[in-house]
Amino acid sequence: MAQYLALTYTADVDWFAPPQAAELAEYRQFAKENEGSIRASAVLHPTSTATVVRVTGARGGDVVTADGPYAETKEALTGFYLIEAADLDEAVAIAARIPAAWNGAVEVRPVLAVK
Amino acid sequence: MEVHDRLADTVRIEGARILATLVRTVGNLQVAEDAVQDAVVAALREWPRAGVPDQPRAWLTVTARRRAIDILRREAARAGKEREGADLMELSKPDLPPESTVRDDQLRLIFTCCHPALSPDARVALALRTLCGLSPTQIAAVLLSTEPAMAKRLTRTRQKIAAARIPYRVPPDAELPARLTPVCGVVHALYTAGHAPVAGESAVDVDVCAEAVRLARLLYDLLPDEAAPAAVLALLLLTDARRPARTDAAGEVVLLADQDRSRWDAGLIAEGCALLDASLRRTGGVADPYQLQAAVAAEHARAPSYPATDWAEIVRLYDLLLSVASTPNAALSRAVAVAEASGAAAGLAALEGLPPSARWHAVRAELLAREGRYAEAVSAVTESLAGEQTGPERRYRERRRAEWAARL
Repeated sequence: MAQYLALTYTADVDWFAPPQAAELAEYRQFAKENEGSIRASAVLHPTSTATVVRVTGARGGDVVTADGPYAETKEALTGFYLIEAADLDEAVAIAARIPAAWNGAVEVRPVLAVK
Repeated sequence: MEVHDRLADTVRIEGARILATLVRTVGNLQVAEDAVQDAVVAALREWPRAGVPDQPRAWLTVTARRRAIDILRREAARAGKEREGADLMELSKPDLPPESTVRDDQLRLIFTCCHPALSPDARVALALRTLCGLSPTQIAAVLLSTEPAMAKRLTRTRQKIAAARIPYRVPPDAELPARLTPVCGVVHALYTAGHAPVAGESAVDVDVCAEAVRLARLLYDLLPDEAAPAAVLALLLLTDARRPARTDAAGEVVLLADQDRSRWDAGLIAEGCALLDASLRRTGGVADPYQLQAAVAAEHARAPSYPATDWAEIVRLYDLLLSVASTPNAALSRAVAVAEASGAAAGLAALEGLPPSARWHAVRAELLAREGRYAEAVSAVTESLAGEQTGPERRYRERRRAEWAARL
């Protein structure tokens, strides 16, 4: 078995606000139906709450923070699922059930096994 | 030298066959490729000297397996552990796998290197390497790139297959039709690379068109009940049938309108038409892009001459094709057909709004010339010469420009 991070790119909204309730319910449904494959997951606050951290020079240097996400993209990174699957085809099949897949996009990235 | 070329071709194709099973046994594409490569090199070094062995396939298989064991042992020693996934037992066996296993393995390899998670460029390069056994240098020549760029692309592609764990298997029946689309795309791209390369003179020492036809035949042989393989093979055969007439003795371009149709291969045409009919029967007549392109080729094959071609039908087929799979090339070809069916003015109208390219300018130039608008034709063909094209294409367009300029 291998692990994949499924990153959800969707509308940049407050996913716990009432207008998103119906769609959020679909995400909960996905999580329930695929709980055997999901090792971890999270919904993120909108990108307006993000902070980019850089350190000048080397470790211990000046800490510089900037408001906003690392990259401005058409859809925003709004959540993730850490999925366990036998191979990419299985990971893709699971990712295709995430609502973000038809309301945005899902990036599936293999996780490097760290011993 | 010709004997060696034929031997090199045979060994190359046998190697590709053996690779398919070895990948499954070893569980690693790079190791399997290296092992087969070593076996191929050994064969080409020893067989001309010592003679071709009685059982060349067995010789190559055993040699490749031995090399694979050596490579795996060396890597295991370096990493300090057994490589997981390698079936060392099977590697040590001297007997050849049964034909049914080989066919399954060939399908696995085809579907893996044409996996939709790989980029189209990556799929074509990997197919040329693993299914046709071409070296990175040969692949660079076919795809008009450089050897380092191809080597890097192949390395990255293998890394993706390994890291993302693209499975080595034939997709389940329910997924087959969808998964066949990129496979057919690769086979078609290979034929186009050999038949209509973007630029340069044909400098490859391997007949890439023949390789594409061989792969299309193999695919059809492996999956005779699917519609798409039959359609792609039909398209390739019908296109290939015209090859003998496509260039003259000096290697210069001969347009479809001027080709000596008696030089078209009637056998390939008959075979292609039969395959197209069989494919259409499988899908109940609903046409996929390859069936539609094959149908256009069949219309040309059926016509006794360029003027006698059923251009209205060809326009209709292109309309259908553009509705399911719109590409700039198909739109251009449709404009040409519209011009033949309804006159140059209609053709020029059909060109409006299409993205400009060397071919777009060249087609526009021809149609302008037909209307007697020679100054504009010269200007348009000059634009076309600014783009990338093959040597024969360039010389043809320069000749036309000179002809039209003489009429100003």
